[in-house]
Amino acid sequence: MRPIRSLRLLFALVGLSLTLLAGVARAQDVPGLIEAMGEANLRELGGIVEELAATGDSTVAPALEALADGDLYVDEADGRVVIVTRNRMYDPVTQTEIGPAGDADLSRIRINNSLRRDVAAALGSLTLMSDDPTVRLSAARSMRANPTEENLILLDEALAAETNPSVRGAMETARAVTILALDDTSLEEKRAAVPVVARNAGREAITILNAALGSAPEELATDIRSAIAGLEQERAIWAALQNVWFGVSLGSVLLLAAIGLAITFGVMGVINMAHGEMVMLGAYTTFVVQDVIRRNAPELFDYSLAIALPLAFLITALVGIAIERGIIRWLYGRALETLLATWGLSLILQQTVRSIFGPTNRQVGNPSWMSGSFEFYGLSLTWNRFWIVIFAIAVFTALLVVLNRTALGLQMRAVTQNRRMASAMGIRTPFVDAMTFGLGSGIAGLAGVALSQIDNVSPNLGQGYIIDSFMVVVFGGVGNLWGTLVGALTLGVANKFLEPYAGAVLGKILILVLIILFIQRRPRGLFALKGRAVES
Amino acid sequence: MITQALLRALDKKALWLVAILVALAIAVPAANLMIPPGQPGHVPIYVVTLFGKYLTYAMLALALDLVWGYCGILSLGHGAFFALGGYAMGMYLMRQIGDRGVYANPVLPDFMVFLNWKELPWYWMGFDQFWFAALMIVLVPGLLAFVFGFFAFRSRVTGVYLSIITQAMTFALLLAFFRNDMGFGGNNGLTDFKDILGQPVQAATTRGALFAATAVALALSVFVCSMIVNSKLGKVMIAVRDAESRTRFLGYRVEYVKLFAFTVSAVMAGVAGALYVPQVGIINPGEFEPANSIEIVIWTAVGGRGTIVGPIIGAVVVNMGKSYFTGALPEFWLYALGALFVFVTLFLPKGIVGLLGQWRAVSRRHEPARPAAGEAQASDAEERGEDPTTLIGDPQPKPAE
Repeated sequence: MRPIRSLRLLFALVGLSLTLLAGVARAQDVPGLIEAMGEANLRELGGIVEELAATGDSTVAPALEALADGDLYVDEADGRVVIVTRNRMYDPVTQTEIGPAGDADLSRIRINNSLRRDVAAALGSLTLMSDDPTVRLSAARSMRANPTEENLILLDEALAAETNPSVRGAMETARAVTILALDDTSLEEKRAAVPVVARNAGREAITILNAALGSAPEELATDIRSAIAGLEQERAIWAALQNVWFGVSLGSVLLLAAIGLAITFGVMGVINMAHGEMVMLGAYTTFVVQDVIRRNAPELFDYSLAIALPLAFLITALVGIAIERGIIRWLYGRALETLLATWGLSLILQQTVRSIFGPTNRQVGNPSWMSGSFEFYGLSLTWNRFWIVIFAIAVFTALLVVLNRTALGLQMRAVTQNRRMASAMGIRTPFVDAMTFGLGSGIAGLAGVALSQIDNVSPNLGQGYIIDSFMVVVFGGVGNLWGTLVGALTLGVANKFLEPYAGAVLGKILILVLIILFIQRRPRGLFALKGRAVES
Repeated sequence: MITQALLRALDKKALWLVAILVALAIAVPAANLMIPPGQPGHVPIYVVTLFGKYLTYAMLALALDLVWGYCGILSLGHGAFFALGGYAMGMYLMRQIGDRGVYANPVLPDFMVFLNWKELPWYWMGFDQFWFAALMIVLVPGLLAFVFGFFAFRSRVTGVYLSIITQAMTFALLLAFFRNDMGFGGNNGLTDFKDILGQPVQAATTRGALFAATAVALALSVFVCSMIVNSKLGKVMIAVRDAESRTRFLGYRVEYVKLFAFTVSAVMAGVAGALYVPQVGIINPGEFEPANSIEIVIWTAVGGRGTIVGPIIGAVVVNMGKSYFTGALPEFWLYALGALFVFVTLFLPKGIVGLLGQWRAVSRRHEPARPAAGEAQASDAEERGEDPTTLIGDPQPKPAE
C-alpha cells in the first residue's frame, strides 16, 4: 500500500512541479492535446493529462472532468473528441453545443482508476491555482468532499501562495477537514484542526466532526465533543431566533387583521363580525387592480400593491361607513345584537363576492420585490413576510400618530373615555363613530392587501382571521393600541414556539385554551381601561 | 311547594305547547305507519325524519334561549354542546355496528382499524352500553359547561367577552375533533350506523320512534324551561339579564344563577345533539363550526327570545326556509340568512312572537273598554325586562365594557 501511495505522491508532485514550471514555458496547444486523446492508449492518456495540467489553463478543466466521469467520447467518423451529456454533444474546449448525439458513431474514451485519480489531482491543482478567485474558492470547497493526502499537499501549496482572505479561509477549512479525515496525520495537527472546522465548516461542521469522532483517540475525542456541544448550542440559538422571526411574522399578520377591530371595539363597543370580510374586500381589490394592470399595463405590475393600498383603504372605509350609518347606529347599546347583524352582513358580503368572483381561489401575484428570500446571518427570511412585518409596523405607527396627533384622534379618544361628556363638549359623536368605523374598516382593507400576498384570496379569506383577531383584541384589551400590538406578537410567537412541540393544530388549540384561562384572570385583557369606564 | 312549582310551570301557554308536542309525537309516526302510502294523510318517512331534525334544532334553540333570552348570556358555544352530545350518541352507535363494518372488526370501529390502532382507547370503553352512552350525553356537555361556566362567571367575564371565549372554546373543539389521533374519526366523523337499541336505524318504525322521542324530549324541555323561568330563580335570572350589577348588589350570587342556567342549557343542547345524530345518520367535526353556533342564535332571535315558544317556532321556520332555499336557490340562501340576521336585529328585536304580541296589543288598544289588559301588558313587558323607552329613545353607543 505504502509504496503505491508514495509513488502517487511523487506523481502528483511531478504534476504539480510541471504546473509550476508550466505557464509560459510549456504553453501547449490545448485543443491539440485534447484532440490527441482520441487515439491515445492508457499510458499516453496519462501523459496527455499531465501535459494538460501543466498548461495551467483552467479551460481544460471541463474536458478533464468529462474524462473522469466517462463523458468524453470520440466521434469515430472524423476523430473529433466531444463531451456528451444528456444525449447532446459539446465541444470540449469552448463548451459550445455541436448537436444531438443520436446519429453520431461515438466511442467512449476509457480510463482506469489510477488515471482517474491523476485526473482529479490535476484538476485540483489546476483550479486551486486558477487566476479566478471564485474558481479557487469552489475548488477549495469541493475538496472537503473527498479528503486525500494529495489534496492535503495541494492545499498546502496553494495556501502558501494565496492572498485572498476568503479563499484562504476556505482552503484552511478544507485542509482541516482533510486532516481530520485522514488516518496518518498527527494528533496535534488534528487537535488544531477541530476549532477550524467548528468555526468555518458551517452547516456540515457537526457531521464532519461526528465522522471524525468515531476513530479519534480519547484526547481528541473530548476536544471534538466540546466543539460539537458548542456548535449545537449555537444552532439551537439560531433555531430559536428563526422561530421568533416566524412568530413575529405571524404576529404582524394578526396585528394587521386585529388592529382595525380593536379600534371599533374600543371606541364603540361594537363587535364587528364583518371585519374579516373587510379584509377579504381589500384582498379582492388587490386582485382587481392586478387584473387591470395585467391587461392594460403589465410593466406597472411591480407597483400594483402601491396602487391597491389606497384603493383598498378607500373602498373598505366607504363600505364601513355605509354599514355604520345604515345598520350599526340603530343598534348602539346592544352590543350582542350588533354581533348578530354584522354576522348577517358578513354572510351577505361573502355571498356577493362569491357571486361576482366565483367560489374558487383567485390568483394574486407577488411583485418581484416581494418574491424570493434572503439570508440574514443564520436566518432565512422571505421577502413577502419581511415586507409584511415592515408594513404592519408602518400601519401601527401611522395609527398611533392619527390617534395621538390629530383632531379626529383626540375626539376618538375622548369618545372612548366618556361619550356623554365628549358629546357635552360639542364633539359630534355620530360623526366620530362613523369615522372610527370607517378607519377600522379601512385598515382591514389594508390588511387585506397584505394578506393577499401570503394567503389564498377566496371568499372565505376573512373567516380564517376573524376568530384569531378577536382573540388578539380580547387578549390585548381594548382602549389601547399597545395592547393589540403586545397581544398580536405574544400570540404569534407563542403559537410558533408551541408548534414544534405540539404540532400546528394542537398548538393552536393550546393557545385558545390559554387565552380562555387568561381571560379568567383578567376579564378585560392585558391593557384594560381603568376607572369608571370599566363598568358602564 | 313542588306541586306549586309544577302548577306554575304549566301555565296556559306551556301547557298548550306540551300538549301539541305530545300529540305530534303520537300523530306523525302514526300517520306514517298506519296510513298506507298514497292515501290522504300519509306522511312520507323523509318528512318524519326531516321534522325530527327540526325538532332537535328547536330543542337546541330553546336551550340557547334559556341562557340568552332569560339570563342575558350570549353563548356561541351551544353548537359545541350539541355536537358533544351527538358524538356521545355517535360513539354508542359506532359500537353497535359490531363486526358489520368494512373491516369486520368486532370491537374497533372502521376508522380505527384504518389508522392501524390495535385496541380501543379508554374513552371509548363503556359506550357499547346504552345507559352509559345516555349518561355521557348528559354528563359531557354538562360538565364542560359547568367547569367553563364556573371559571368564566366567577371571574365576571360578561357580555361580548363571554361570547368570544365561548366561540374560542367551540373553535378549539373543532380543531381538536378534526385531528385523527383524537380517536373520534377525524374529518369524516362517525357514520354508517346500523342499530340503535337493537333496532335498525333506517327502519320506518325506528324513525317514527325517534321522532316521537324527540318530540317528547322537546316537550320535557319546554316543561323544564317553563318551570325554571316561572320560579323565583327565573325571576332572578331575568334580573341578572337586565341589571347584573344591581342584582349582585342586592345580595344574589349572580355567578351561581348564571352557572345553573348555563349548565342546564348545555345538557339540553347535548340531548338534542344525541337525538339529532341517529336521525341524520352522521356526526362530524363540521357541527362544531362557530358559524353553526351563531346560526342557533338567529333561530332564537327570529322566533323571539325571552319566550318559550319563540325559539321553537324560529328554529322550525328558519330551517324549513333553509331546506327550501338550499334546494331551490342555493346561491340565495346565504343572502336570505344574512338579511334575516340584519332584519331581525333591526326591526324585530322580539322576534315573531313579539310581533304577534305587538299586534295583539294594538288591536286591544282599539277596544277602549279594557284598561286592565293594557296595564297587564305593560307590567308584562317590564317583567321581561324590556324598557319600553329603549326602542323609542335615540340609542347611544357604549364603549367596550
